[in-house]
Amino acid sequence: MTLLSQIFTLFAQSPSGHLLDGPTGVLLGVVIGCLLIATAAGQVLKRQPDSSVNPAIVQAFIHRVRAWWLMTAILAVTFLIPTPVATVILFGLISFWALREFITLTPTRLGDHRTLFWVFFVLTPAQYVLVGLGSAYYELFAILIPVYGFLFVSARIAIAGDYKRFLERVAKIQVGLYICVYALSYAPALLYLEKWTNSDYSTSAGLLFFFILIAQLSDLLQFVCGKFIGRNVIAPSINASRTWEGFFAGTGCTAIIGAALSLTGATPFNSWQSALMSIVIAVMGAAGTMTMSAIKRDRGVRDYGTLVEGHAGVLDRIDAICFAAPVFYHITRYYFTTLAG
Amino acid sequence: MDLNLTASFLTALTKVFAGPSVRWVDCQPDTCQRVYFANHTSHVDSMVIWSSLPPDVRKVTRPTAAKDYWSRGWFRRHLAKSLNALLIDRDKIKVHQSPVDMMIREIGDKYSLIVFPEGGRAHSDSGEIREFKSGIYYLNKKRPDLELVPVYMDNMNRILPRGEFLPVPLLSRVVFGAPIWLEEGETKNEFLARARQSVLRLRDI
Repeated sequence: MTLLSQIFTLFAQSPSGHLLDGPTGVLLGVVIGCLLIATAAGQVLKRQPDSSVNPAIVQAFIHRVRAWWLMTAILAVTFLIPTPVATVILFGLISFWALREFITLTPTRLGDHRTLFWVFFVLTPAQYVLVGLGSAYYELFAILIPVYGFLFVSARIAIAGDYKRFLERVAKIQVGLYICVYALSYAPALLYLEKWTNSDYSTSAGLLFFFILIAQLSDLLQFVCGKFIGRNVIAPSINASRTWEGFFAGTGCTAIIGAALSLTGATPFNSWQSALMSIVIAVMGAAGTMTMSAIKRDRGVRDYGTLVEGHAGVLDRIDAICFAAPVFYHITRYYFTTLAG
Repeated sequence: MDLNLTASFLTALTKVFAGPSVRWVDCQPDTCQRVYFANHTSHVDSMVIWSSLPPDVRKVTRPTAAKDYWSRGWFRRHLAKSLNALLIDRDKIKVHQSPVDMMIREIGDKYSLIVFPEGGRAHSDSGEIREFKSGIYYLNKKRPDLELVPVYMDNMNRILPRGEFLPVPLLSRVVFGAPIWLEEGETKNEFLARARQSVLRLRDI
């Protein structure tokens, strides 16, 4: 079968039940409930004439909750469309947006122009097309960017004929491509996992939802725990609000919530597996946040949103997801599915 | 201009490719007659300024462009027409038919203009703004009622540099500054230097 006809069949697939059926719907309900509480809390804090809480933090919290509402709404809508292709396209657009932010931030030279064109308009779409073609293309999807993409980027910059800061420029474009496109594309790839070892489990939509929920929660919990019991800042010059205490306490809380969420049946994990997976997501999420903070400090911006005024930095929202997605995907694939062939 | 599909499409495309964040500093968008003058580094400059304006202002604003380039072929002619561009014939410049006279005739008492007083595009990598040509001085001398609004654009030369024909999507910045006018007794050189400074000052805002 040719690639093109395969793409066509993906779109023409007859709906075999909504991705929102059953457990995922329950999970969504829980999330909407939490968001309602968070929104109310934000409004109450805002109305308080002289509270002890810094109004800037309240404002940041309200913005964050608004971003979560948006994320939830978008995911819910894409889940309603009976094929995972909609979600793949959504994540493709997020990658494009994130990469635009990343490359704007990193200085490139004229000699990189054509390479960047390939990165944006060939490698990025190709990666998402391979994800959308499903698990049969897993091997190619897993190596396209880190093997062929990276070789191509360095060679294309060399051909352009500008040797100044060559290694630096190659590395910058490769890191941008890796974080914003390759790593993030593992999140929608979760939808194509199948052949579960747990026979009660059927649809993967809950898995993606669980993953994003845990990644966002761990980010929040590590921050909140750090505010209350934080003493030892991990790396003051990179991120002043991340402490070891916050990291461990936040990860612990995430594990407990993860274990509780597994009772909804939206994942193939039992409680203790779910707790372990939540820890993995929390640790990788923290690694992602620290890495992105380091890149921002190096470029002298506070967050990607302040880079260009009026743009909510999409990279600030997805840094945890980017780092956790590949690890979560691989662990799930190797231990909770029976690999075909 | 009525519903113009090409223009709407180009505006949307510009927002995807150049993601401009727009700031008005000591100046508000207005449909009064103005001349927006900006630093020039890329083919897409006019388009970015034009799409950064609110729709009602955009409707009465015409980018200026070189006729020999923009009347070549069906596609470019169509683009120029959709944007209601004011095409300037660089080959037929005479004393009684100077570009400034033509601009004044074409804008009447309705349209605003987008101009690039540097002449050609500045050398891409440096980001410098070259000396201004004198057109903007004569324009204001003959029409003292026009507000001259300085505009500074950032990052455009990375989106579509000189000699490239495919753009790379990045975020950019467009800053509109406070209007200036020709002062009483100001010489041409003084005025042009001041106009250039008013654009440069927006770079660090």
